[in-house]
Amino acid sequence: MEAAAEPGNLAGIRHIILVLSGKGGVGKSTISTELALALRHAGKKVGILDVDLCGPSIPRMFGAQGRAVHQCDRGWAPVFLDQEQSISLMSVGFLLEKPDEAVVWRGPKKNALIKQFVSDVAWGELDYLVVDTPPGTSDEHMAAIEALRAYQPLGALVVTTPQAVSVGDVRRELTFCRKTGLRVMGVVENMSGFTCPHCTECTSVFSRGGGEELARLAGVPFLGSVPLDPELMRSLEEGHDFIREFPGSPTFTALTAIARKILDATPAGLP
Amino acid sequence: MEEVPHDCPGADSAQAGRGASCQGCPNQRLCASGAGATPDPAIEEIKEKMKTVKHKILVLSGKGGVGKSTFSAHLAHGLAEDENTQVALLDIDICGPSIPKIMGLEGEQYVEDNLGVMSVGFLLSSPDDAVIWRGPKKNGMIKQFLRDVDWGEVDYLIVDTPPGTSDEHLSVVQYLAAARIDGAVLITTPQEVSLQDVRKEITFCRKVKLPVIGVVENMSGFICPKCKKESQIFPPTTGGAELMCQDLEVPLLGRVPLDPLIGKNCDKGQSFFIDAPDSPATLAYRSIIQRIQEFCDLRQSKEENLINS
Repeated sequence: MEAAAEPGNLAGIRHIILVLSGKGGVGKSTISTELALALRHAGKKVGILDVDLCGPSIPRMFGAQGRAVHQCDRGWAPVFLDQEQSISLMSVGFLLEKPDEAVVWRGPKKNALIKQFVSDVAWGELDYLVVDTPPGTSDEHMAAIEALRAYQPLGALVVTTPQAVSVGDVRRELTFCRKTGLRVMGVVENMSGFTCPHCTECTSVFSRGGGEELARLAGVPFLGSVPLDPELMRSLEEGHDFIREFPGSPTFTALTAIARKILDATPAGLP
Repeated sequence: MEEVPHDCPGADSAQAGRGASCQGCPNQRLCASGAGATPDPAIEEIKEKMKTVKHKILVLSGKGGVGKSTFSAHLAHGLAEDENTQVALLDIDICGPSIPKIMGLEGEQYVEDNLGVMSVGFLLSSPDDAVIWRGPKKNGMIKQFLRDVDWGEVDYLIVDTPPGTSDEHLSVVQYLAAARIDGAVLITTPQEVSLQDVRKEITFCRKVKLPVIGVVENMSGFICPKCKKESQIFPPTTGGAELMCQDLEVPLLGRVPLDPLIGKNCDKGQSFFIDAPDSPATLAYRSIIQRIQEFCDLRQSKEENLINS
């Protein structure tokens, strides 16, 4: 493992944030996507690296499924969402011939691709690189952290839902962060309640309280709760920009507050 | 630039480690040594151990958080309601073992006399312990679970898996290869983001020749406890599981609606069926469990006919 790596393709990236959970299906990719959109609206250039090789959700969430990855002289060019290149993406989803193709790989092969994703994607100049991960504490996570270590990631955003079953897994993820020396920027509680559109009664569909309790137990900041919102789901399914389309919703308020905390926690003036 | 071998010939093929596409693969030396070519003796040992296990069902998804463990636990509870049916639940989600919590177990392995559970969760001393293992070590644990646990006479062995199509899934299919798995139940939610992963899981099942018993669409609609009107929290923007099942020609076993009592009971480690016997979710579960039993019985009688013919 290189001690001081050649800057290479990550030289132009100012801050790296990993989005982790431990538990599947809590909204890591959702939060990664919305965080990226919110940071873009705050004028930042953002890249998303999707290291979930078995279940790559990121392309669809940006409406970029089917886009191809091209080679350039510095390696792979990321998929740019727009002319201004304000958001760029890399995911194994772009490398599959067919969308139903399954990546049935054991650990070593996954590790090799993740190393390539870290060193061989020509990201260019970015304010933030958000690394979306699969659930767990295994090969993909170790490979990503080992490959990124030399670039001193800003930290990890840890996502949970309110249920004990989620918190139970996410506690282990926090231990993983501690053991690997990754700073935890904070905990986000997703799927925090559903407001019935017919009668506005709010129901705790997936229990309550887990996120704040987890943050307190682990001694890390609680960054906020995001409610269950079918409009958010729909935006992600269809690859739309929820932040731009629903500025009045409580979900928008919650997401932009979390992005604000990330911006505030980012040290200024680093090269 | 280093190429990742897309055309891996397979660790047990004659070309293992020697093919053109093996150059640069981290496993090349291991494969070339021939280590992958000899079948693992554990496979025969597991076949012997599994002789007393009548039916083996894998619960898979591809997508995380869709309710595999919840479903596995309640499938186990449902089957074990008949005290003459012996049920075992094996949790091979090594990084995120949810089954002990959902079954209300702290370390003891029997929920009822006829319902036993095994999970790596029992081997961890603290709820904060993280199992940070790479693939090979996880595979070793799964082999141990299958080979070294004394399963005894079991009517149904239910295997709860982590999300994905990786080491754990390959290992459990490989190790149970000689022992014959009845089939897999796949869990999804109605959203495309789930379905897209579940389609990959179906591809995986076909690749490893694992029969698909069917698909369960979980979190399918929510009835507000106050006004009783239905909402789609996870909208089926691309036709939900129904359309996917039609397209891929696999049975849709049923749809389970979102009931906040399910989550509450899982957190308390109780069977949701006891707390809410009349919930539409309970009724959905029962119908699905029946269909699974019918599938297993049909398979068993087909095999017996084949042997006797």
